[in-house]
Amino acid sequence: MFRRLTDFAPRAFVVALIVIAGCKPQNYGGGGADTGGDIKVGEFASLTGKEATFGQSSHHGTELAIDELNSEGGVLGRKFQLLTEDDLSKAGESKTIAQKLISRDGVVALLGEVASSRSLEAAPICQENKIPQISPSSTNPKVTEIGDYIFRVCFIDPMQGKALAQFARDTLQAKHMAVLTDVSTAYSVGLATYFKEAFTAQGGEITVEQKYSGGDRDFKAQLTTIKAANADALFVPGYYTEVGLIARQARELGLTYPLFGGDGWEAPELVQIGGDAVEGCYYSTHYSPEVQDPAVVKFVAAFKSKYGSVPDAMAALGYDSAMLLADAIKRAGTTDGPKVRDALAATKDFPGVAGKITIDSNRNAQKPLVILEVTNGGFHLVKQVAPE
Amino acid sequence: MTVFLQQLVNGLSLGAIYALIALGYTMVYGILRFINFAHSDVFMVGAFAGYCFARVIPHASIGGGLLVMLLAMCFCALLGVVIERLAYRPLRGDSNLAILITAIGVSLLLENVTLLIFDATPKTFPTLIPYKDFSILGGVRITSVELVVFAVTAILLIALQWIVLKTRVGTAMRAVSFNHQAASLVGINNDRVISFTFALGSALAAAGGILWASLYPSIDPYMGVVPGLKAFVAAVLGGIGNIPGAALGGLMLGLIESFVNGSRFSTYTDAIAFAALILILIFRPAGLLGKFQVEKV
Repeated sequence: MFRRLTDFAPRAFVVALIVIAGCKPQNYGGGGADTGGDIKVGEFASLTGKEATFGQSSHHGTELAIDELNSEGGVLGRKFQLLTEDDLSKAGESKTIAQKLISRDGVVALLGEVASSRSLEAAPICQENKIPQISPSSTNPKVTEIGDYIFRVCFIDPMQGKALAQFARDTLQAKHMAVLTDVSTAYSVGLATYFKEAFTAQGGEITVEQKYSGGDRDFKAQLTTIKAANADALFVPGYYTEVGLIARQARELGLTYPLFGGDGWEAPELVQIGGDAVEGCYYSTHYSPEVQDPAVVKFVAAFKSKYGSVPDAMAALGYDSAMLLADAIKRAGTTDGPKVRDALAATKDFPGVAGKITIDSNRNAQKPLVILEVTNGGFHLVKQVAPE
Repeated sequence: MTVFLQQLVNGLSLGAIYALIALGYTMVYGILRFINFAHSDVFMVGAFAGYCFARVIPHASIGGGLLVMLLAMCFCALLGVVIERLAYRPLRGDSNLAILITAIGVSLLLENVTLLIFDATPKTFPTLIPYKDFSILGGVRITSVELVVFAVTAILLIALQWIVLKTRVGTAMRAVSFNHQAASLVGINNDRVISFTFALGSALAAAGGILWASLYPSIDPYMGVVPGLKAFVAAVLGGIGNIPGAALGGLMLGLIESFVNGSRFSTYTDAIAFAALILILIFRPAGLLGKFQVEKV
């Protein structure tokens, strides 16, 4: 009931605006037209809720990029105005927010989200309105398949799965693998599938696979089954909240081999919840502040002075998403949706802080990824893997 | 065999906590004939109270941990009494539906007030019980936390049975449960007995919350929803209104979950657990230990 009302409210508002605009020959800025002044950029992020850590980081990165752009005078002689909305990490909110930002606020592009499921909610709205959407860190391939206005600045899960399989073979020397998948998120199911494909294709064997649902707290039953099977490592393509608990319970059950996973692990909470249990575990991600590159060093310093912490991957990608958009608007010479879209699609070797970005024909970013290890409560660079 | 025993340990520790929460549902139902849906949120508040008390009390010892737990139990007992006094007592004698809806309202209130104070980011629960693990019976692992869960649940269960069966206030509780009008005729203060029931049930929920958070040290304002639902099922399974039944139901549910989760059918855990409930209710409509009563017209 309430959902329907909130879905309906922005539309009703736009209808009301059109009626008013019809009576008086003035433009009230409704209806999505860019009317000059600041360039309005919409952002939707999980600022609160269960993926709040990601949303906050990503938002800080985006905010920093917009600030830097504005302090350099913006693009096309106009400054940027960032309109940020919180989707509470909830399903159903992103769609409403996208609708509101496009039709009521008239943004020229939309930045967001971290979670693939929420990017997928907003994407059809952006596509329909011909407003480019850049997802900073949704790695599920389906996101950009929604349409030709949907882009991303991060790698996609097939590539991540492949890189992790190579890492398991080369660095962990693993031949038998246990997999524990979160069946409630598209991210986890997708990543698990790509990993399994790549791992078996290179001659490895998946000896046991178990499942859980996001929000579960008890994983001992699944881990007991995993322990009984023969494996050299455990692949957990989940999010940090559960991974911390999984690692703890795995160690409590006497599972000694390394756990590893994807970019969903990336959060300080992983160590807070997991404690000693996550020491010596690995995950792949988009970026490491330890990469020695002038752009990265500058970004890390600027982020530190603004927020007092070292930026994580989500922050770097949030930053890249805004910077790429500004670059595309500059190259397009206009904020017109279709032209910005074309400029985005033509991106080649854009120097992002999370690696050089080339947008491929499927509007995905081709770029290197990094593998990090948890040691002494911190995340440290093990190796970089470049796309083939 | 080791795997089987390990799943048994896993299931029992999960079930022990379900049992603690189920006791609260069953006691309130036994006396007032209504389901207190806010109970699962008292469980959550218990965990958050423990989280706060642990900040001011040195807790990395058994004594400190127990003190934190006792304080959280007292806090929730008080909360339970206040909820009963403000939300349920004014409606006593009204239709059961009104009280049920109020209970859902209280549940939402507790969740959202906690959300307001602590926000939705999961918090890491401090280690109240010094961690140690033991290997028994050829490879079955059991942790100090699980041992404390078993011990505390057993002690609280026995204490509760003793209170209900051997003390004056327990006798009064049973009297009110049988017939509250007759009970007030013989001089029992119904209000006081009901307050006491809420205090007791909420204290048990708080204990459950602390133990749950010690086993799974990540707490958030919605953490009570799922265990609360499971515990409610456990209470019905065992025969709602029946104290040993609630404990039995909790343990059974924990075991079913653990064994299903460890099998290939882990995705269907809840489906299988609830199917078991339906099956049992078909053959024993009053639950495993409940007595079927014919409604007199």
